[in-house]
Amino acid sequence: MRVIVDFDLCESNAVCMQIAPDIFEVRDDDFLYILEENPREDHRSTLQEAVQRCPKQAISLED
Amino acid sequence: MLDTVTIVGASLAGFWAAETLRRDGFAGPIALIGEEPHAPYDRPPLSKKYLAGELDDDRLDLVPANQLDDLDLDLRLGCRATGLEVASRTLEVDGIAEPFDGLVLATGARCRTLPDTAGMDGVYTLRTRDDAAAIRDALAAGTRRLTVVGAGFIGAEVASTAIQRGVEVTMVEALDTPFGRALGTEMGAVVADVHRSHGVELRTGTGVDRVLGGDRVTGVRLTDGSTLDTDLLVVGIGVVPATDWMEGSGLILNDGVVCDATCLATDRVVAAGDVARWPNPRYEGLMRVEHWDNAVQQGVHAARRLLQTEQEATPFAPVPWFWSDQYDRKVQLAGRTHPDDDVQVAVGSTVEHRFAAFYGREGRFTAVLGMNRPRYVMQAKALLEQDASWDEAQALAADWN
Ligand SMILES: Cc1cc2nc3c(=O)[nH]c(=O)nc-3n(C[C@H](O)[C@H](O)[C@H](O)COP(=O)(O)OP(=O)(O)OC[C@H]3O[C@@H](n4cnc5c(N)ncnc54)[C@H](O)[C@@H]3O)c2cc1C
Ligand code: SF4
Repeated sequence: MRVIVDFDLCESNAVCMQIAPDIFEVRDDDFLYILEENPREDHRSTLQEAVQRCPKQAISLED
Repeated sequence: MLDTVTIVGASLAGFWAAETLRRDGFAGPIALIGEEPHAPYDRPPLSKKYLAGELDDDRLDLVPANQLDDLDLDLRLGCRATGLEVASRTLEVDGIAEPFDGLVLATGARCRTLPDTAGMDGVYTLRTRDDAAAIRDALAAGTRRLTVVGAGFIGAEVASTAIQRGVEVTMVEALDTPFGRALGTEMGAVVADVHRSHGVELRTGTGVDRVLGGDRVTGVRLTDGSTLDTDLLVVGIGVVPATDWMEGSGLILNDGVVCDATCLATDRVVAAGDVARWPNPRYEGLMRVEHWDNAVQQGVHAARRLLQTEQEATPFAPVPWFWSDQYDRKVQLAGRTHPDDDVQVAVGSTVEHRFAAFYGREGRFTAVLGMNRPRYVMQAKALLEQDASWDEAQALAADWN
């Protein structure tokens, strides 16, 4: 599974970071960093929640 | 088990209710009924990028058309629910009665308006995509002076977008501090300062006495006796939940559809989003929330409630939060503030308009406000979700500094 963020849409509001802190981090420079682009399968449901709750619909998952 | 589900209101909460029913395996017919002619779309951009003319119509869609098709909904757009009777389980759509089995009420809210302005050109409220397109076009057509009535977040975003297009902007607020209701006096003043520094004229402590003009607005007379010339007036004085069509339904209506803690209004009827009022077990009394994330979460929760038995049902207990984009600042508030909360800047500086501030009362941590500090707001929100004490919040702030 691969995590993809459309950085043209992302506005760094850190919602995803609260849901999946192992995968997403908004740093002090206010940019979002993907910590783990190919997370293990057991992250799937958390990541789906991040996809759903991202206010910009900037996150997608690819198998 | 339910045979069919009818969802009234084809927007954020309604869409997520439909999506959740399918995701959780409900295979029966789902009708999604919406008054607007558009497929479900997203409102936050309406006062931001869309208003600035920087976002095309199709980028507003909540999901791409094929994903909507996959949900296999009976999508009835341009249809208005006009009546409801829960005892006989009858819904009325455009005057025609139809039976329902499971029902999701997700009709959101409507803008309050100023008296005697109906049909007057140049006077707008902002709730729908059509409202936003009209204001956007008016701005593009050479508006020189905009007056925003009400210093709320949507009005503030309109002000911010307009001034960046070279329009002169005045904001009129009846209270002494703009944003004071949501943020308290001290932090309201900080947001007000952001607007002033961008050239917005703020008139506080005065209301609108009368809107001037005939067919077209020409100005506003304020209660302090002064007059403002204006060629565009945007009224942002709050919303009322869209429950008019449920009068006499047998449901309890009191500033929203009153539900139990699980979002159930009555047997097999749930409500979600801006229209719903429920006892959030985290707080005292009933609560109604007008934020994006709440509409999504409550839409999900309410849909699940329909599929659950009473024993399985769980209370809906979020820490509410929202964001607002003004100029190059992102304002985020999580939690629930009270006018007499203690407020303390936890990191950053209010003068630089980049900070996170904590709200607390009686030893509890109640809310966090951030300006361009998203990472800190989300960390503090996680703490709020654990019902943390003021001391625990202090420890987090100490970690940051
Ligand atoms: C301009 C604007 C900017 C915003 N910006 C932000 C932001 O930055 N951050 C944030 O957190 N929140 C923001 N919000 C708030 C957020 O968009 C709302 O909380 C959210 O849209 C609520 O969703 P809802 O589905 O409950 O109601 P709504 O989105 O209001 O949808 C209700 C739908 O029901 C339909 N309807 C009403 N009555 C009937 C009827 N009788 N029959 C059929 N259909 C009916 C309506 O036409 C509407 O389409 C903003 C809102 C607006 C208007
Ligand atoms: S939730 Fe979405 S918009 Fe926010 S930081 Fe994550 S990807 Fe970006």
